[in-house]
Amino acid sequence: MTQNNLQLDKISKDKFKIVGSRQDENEKLAAKSVSFWKEVILRFSQNKLAIFGVIALIIVTLLAIFVPVFSPYSYREQLGIYNAAPSAAHWFGTDDLGRDIFVRVWQGARISLFIGITAAVIDLIIGVFWGSISGLAGGRLDNIMMRIADILSAVPYLLVVIILLVVLEPGLLPMIIALSITGWVNMARIVRGEVLSIKNQEYVLAARTLGATTGHLIMRHIVPNALGAILVTMTLTIPSAIFTESFLSYLGLGVPAPTASWGTMASEGNKALTSAPWRLFFPAFFISLTIFAFNAVGDGLRDALDPKLRK
Amino acid sequence: MLKYILKRLGYILIALYLIVTATFFLMQLAPGSPFASERDFPPQIEAQLNAKYGLDNPWYIQYKDYLIDTVTFDFGESMKYKGRSTNDMITESFPISLTLGIEAMLLSVGFGILLGVIAALYHNKFPDYLASTIAVLGISVPSFILAGLMQYFIAFKLDLLPVSGWKGFQYSILPAFAIAITHMGFIAKLTRSSMLEQSSSDYVKMARAKGLGKWTTVFKHTLRNALLPVVTYLGPLTAGVVTGSFIIEQIFAIPGLGKHFVTSITNRDYTVIMGTTVFYSIILLFAVLIVDILYSVIDPRIKLKGAKK
Repeated sequence: MTQNNLQLDKISKDKFKIVGSRQDENEKLAAKSVSFWKEVILRFSQNKLAIFGVIALIIVTLLAIFVPVFSPYSYREQLGIYNAAPSAAHWFGTDDLGRDIFVRVWQGARISLFIGITAAVIDLIIGVFWGSISGLAGGRLDNIMMRIADILSAVPYLLVVIILLVVLEPGLLPMIIALSITGWVNMARIVRGEVLSIKNQEYVLAARTLGATTGHLIMRHIVPNALGAILVTMTLTIPSAIFTESFLSYLGLGVPAPTASWGTMASEGNKALTSAPWRLFFPAFFISLTIFAFNAVGDGLRDALDPKLRK
Repeated sequence: MLKYILKRLGYILIALYLIVTATFFLMQLAPGSPFASERDFPPQIEAQLNAKYGLDNPWYIQYKDYLIDTVTFDFGESMKYKGRSTNDMITESFPISLTLGIEAMLLSVGFGILLGVIAALYHNKFPDYLASTIAVLGISVPSFILAGLMQYFIAFKLDLLPVSGWKGFQYSILPAFAIAITHMGFIAKLTRSSMLEQSSSDYVKMARAKGLGKWTTVFKHTLRNALLPVVTYLGPLTAGVVTGSFIIEQIFAIPGLGKHFVTSITNRDYTVIMGTTVFYSIILLFAVLIVDILYSVIDPRIKLKGAKK
């Protein structure tokens, strides 16, 4: 201590000068102010994995849209070349009925993406509706609505889906119904949580005093503020719906025969594994890639939206 | 605590009742009959078979019988395999599924935590990237695809393990891994993020400051607190392992309960479908309850009040 003080004395005073007070600089903002969503986009774009996910999803979507349109083969056309290995004419080979796997993979992508996104949108609609009404109403109605959700979520989801599909006969619509029948509960819970934290804030009170209706409150105040959490839940619902679809197709409960689905292709490929391994590899790769990409985007969004991770 | 458990038991009963009822009515609506595959039946025999299983009664009598069956847990004879009762099928095949399930759970919890701890300890260094990549791959590759790939590369190409069947321990390694890998990835991710959160907290700094070694701190302090999210995952893990077994037992030709469940559905074997559904529902519902209770035992900060959590 004493040594330190001694050294301080040694520093000559003329190294310092008085600058006076600078009021204009005190009031200056240290950094440019950025809006919340701009910052979210900025943070999201710094996440390499998430950007990779976005790019992969764009490519998969574009190929799913255009390959079945422009390919010389159709997904159900039997070409007479059975179990051919990948070649210049058939990039991913052909299957046991002589169908081109490249076209079938992208036809399957259409179905998987369609089912995943539709199921997520239905979950979103029911979930936002249920969750916000329950959260806004409070009291007994809230209690009843949440107990219904509790009980529904206690029901083992895949058991119900499998039994439903038995009754509804495999197909696209039954699959979507089966996926969304219990899927919305999670979304409803998250929305309700957000509503509870938003509804007591002053601006909502102000809107109420000004005579805003419940519908107006939900659409103009609750949803925009809960958008982050909703968006993340939705992006993470899609991969699980895609997974469930391919899981069920694999069990033979998916979309029926001539239609290509990643799950059915993988299931058939698995049976021919020793003789024609490419029949499993290609659909397998694209299921995994798509699920991975959605998960990466969802995680990236969550991190970008988390104010705690702000730099 | 007791009040909470009673309340939860109430929910379980309601959920069970809903499942049982829904299954019954869905089966009533389902097209096809258990005897459809044997088409050359004279109508008299079919009528006799229907009478034997009570299928000719009006639905409310069938429903009542079925509820009684469920409460007494006696589902009667399989409609497909003559002379085999559903209960026998469950008691025969469940131990197999249980062995496989426990193996898969141990694998996913053990390796998941290990990967998570390694990733957190070497945060943003090579081991972190490696462990995180394994976790992400595990989450993204569906179990049935992994099963096929393992059958091809490990069992068929390299001939290290048997391709399928159920005749001993080495037959269970591949299927257990196939079921475990997704959950392993999730657990690794959970462990990593909660370890990272804990390692910047004061008590960890304190432990390090008083001179405890890196690993001692991890095992005595950080991990204990970091494992709480992993405990919550045990409920979904049980459900995942059970449903995973539906498909994995099919792929590896394992005579477990999951396989019976799936084949009973394609066979329209009503008694077996209902028996297995009720059995699975009970297991899953209680697994979630046990996890919730366990959670409050492990973390004294959590008080179980009502069902809100």
